[in-house]
Amino acid sequence: MTSKSGTAVAEQLPALGKTSYWTRLRKDLHKNHQVYLMIIPVILYYLIFCYKPMYGALIAFQDYNPLNANILDNKWVGFANFLEFFQGRYFWRLIKNTLTISLASTIVGFPIPIIFALLINEIKNKKFTKIVQTMSYMPHFISIVIVCSMIISFTNANGFLNTLFTHLGYSGKPMLSNPDLFVPIYVISGIWQGLGWDSILYIAALSGIDQELYEAASIDGASRWQQMLHITLPGIAPTIVTMFILRMGGLMNVGYEKVILLYSPITYSSADVISSYVYRMGIERMNYSFSTAVGLFNSAINIFLLFITNRFSKKISDTSLF
Amino acid sequence: MHIKESRSRKAFMVFDYVLMVAITLICIYPFLYVVFASFSDPAELMKFNGALLSPRGFTLAGYQEVFKKKDIISGYSNTILITVTGTVINIVMTALGAYFLSRRDVVLKVPVMIFIMITMYISGGMIPSYLNIRSLGLYQSYWALILPGAVSTMNLIIMRTAFQSIPESLEEAAILDGASHMTILFRIILPLSKATVAVLVLYYALGHWNDWFGPMIYLQGTPEKYPLQLILRNMLIDNQNINSASGGTDQFLLFEVIKYVVIVISTVPMLIFYPFVQKYFEKGVMIGGVKG
Repeated sequence: MTSKSGTAVAEQLPALGKTSYWTRLRKDLHKNHQVYLMIIPVILYYLIFCYKPMYGALIAFQDYNPLNANILDNKWVGFANFLEFFQGRYFWRLIKNTLTISLASTIVGFPIPIIFALLINEIKNKKFTKIVQTMSYMPHFISIVIVCSMIISFTNANGFLNTLFTHLGYSGKPMLSNPDLFVPIYVISGIWQGLGWDSILYIAALSGIDQELYEAASIDGASRWQQMLHITLPGIAPTIVTMFILRMGGLMNVGYEKVILLYSPITYSSADVISSYVYRMGIERMNYSFSTAVGLFNSAINIFLLFITNRFSKKISDTSLF
Repeated sequence: MHIKESRSRKAFMVFDYVLMVAITLICIYPFLYVVFASFSDPAELMKFNGALLSPRGFTLAGYQEVFKKKDIISGYSNTILITVTGTVINIVMTALGAYFLSRRDVVLKVPVMIFIMITMYISGGMIPSYLNIRSLGLYQSYWALILPGAVSTMNLIIMRTAFQSIPESLEEAAILDGASHMTILFRIILPLSKATVAVLVLYYALGHWNDWFGPMIYLQGTPEKYPLQLILRNMLIDNQNINSASGGTDQFLLFEVIKYVVIVISTVPMLIFYPFVQKYFEKGVMIGGVKG
């Protein structure tokens, strides 16, 4: 992005001679005034709905009072809200649950779309693969409310999954009121939702591998397995690394929607994550300053993780996001 | 040696095909189950615990009951209203932003780009955004669902990339003819980027169609404004019976079937469009993936 615009500016420079930036800007505002008018709604959108809430996050350091029209009139309390969270009884539980759900989803859920892509790539019947792919994307488009209501109904006392597991020795209790089962249910349903969709990029990368490499390798006597290790995997490695960075960057970022729809006070002990806690404290209990502090703490960690993983991957593989 | 390899290859291919068929079935079976259950006789469904392979008994009672419900009908029309208005605003706003960012010659392009990109990494968070909506007076209004996500930065970048690939000569010709930039954008650039616009329309529309969290926190206390997903959430997750006035075992049993019926009728529009549009979604992942 920067390099491209850099050349664009450089192209203009000779024509404009030594004119300063401000002169050029003034001329440009005049010449392109229509274009600048068109961007105003977009700028306003970002100011009002993205930057203003960033400013509003200052209440994390305050004792927020909804009656104050100007948030600067609130009482400043420094890091008191953060300390309250760190010392509170739920801090470690939230960290543990967030990490558990996220790591379990990554360890189980990350390789599966890759394996799926590799297996579907072996099948040369295009009609067949098209049907399989189309069907496998479907769960991704179903609203999360519907997905969760299906999970609830299938794992209920007389749901078919519950019945199935009862035959295998499960007690038959509604599965979602068992704290031990929340993470498996969350992770497995997540795989069901994302299996096909998450494989799209890998399938695309696989189809981009030069077929001549395979022909050359098989003439040299490489087995299918060797071809896969030495041609296929290196071919999709950059995609895998990029997806992995994204995953790691979002390690402490477990979305609240599915958790809120599936959990209940009985399963808070394993299901409550930072984002669902922010929702409960903030929107349900109207503890605005405290929940903003918790959310801010979470985003700070997220940004930190994103930079670390990006840096790390730059070092090991020359692949990076920014 | 050669024969042995081809035999193991054959075994592998059989395994591969079987696995793929199994995955396909796992992906669609939950929907089939729901469809079968929605046509089942409530009492028989209650007795049956296994995996349905066809409806148990057959009745349309659930469907008849659901189509009498005013809130489901109004939920449907509210969802359509929000989705259509929201998506139009999304596309217009995204196009305006993308047009600016795709131009070579504007001096402020880089600062504006940075101003926008920052929001991909930093945000105020759930609570400050919620308080922002309240302080803007958008609480309990549909604008609270439409304006806060009016532009998605990711989609903006996708559209900018599409605009950049259009030859500038077209634009220069239009300018010589005295066309304004608005005309160029909406009459020339946008129609030429049809494929990308289609992808973004689908992304935005799906987001509005499936949204339940926004309505839940912003439309509280105005049930007549609830979109379908929120009504479904209250019924299916919170188990709020929509006709709780008349209790009784029959009603209770029927409610179990009604749950499946509402899943079916809320998912059917999606499933009808799905085969036609899924290739655009797939394309969207590619464009986004290449950029990201």
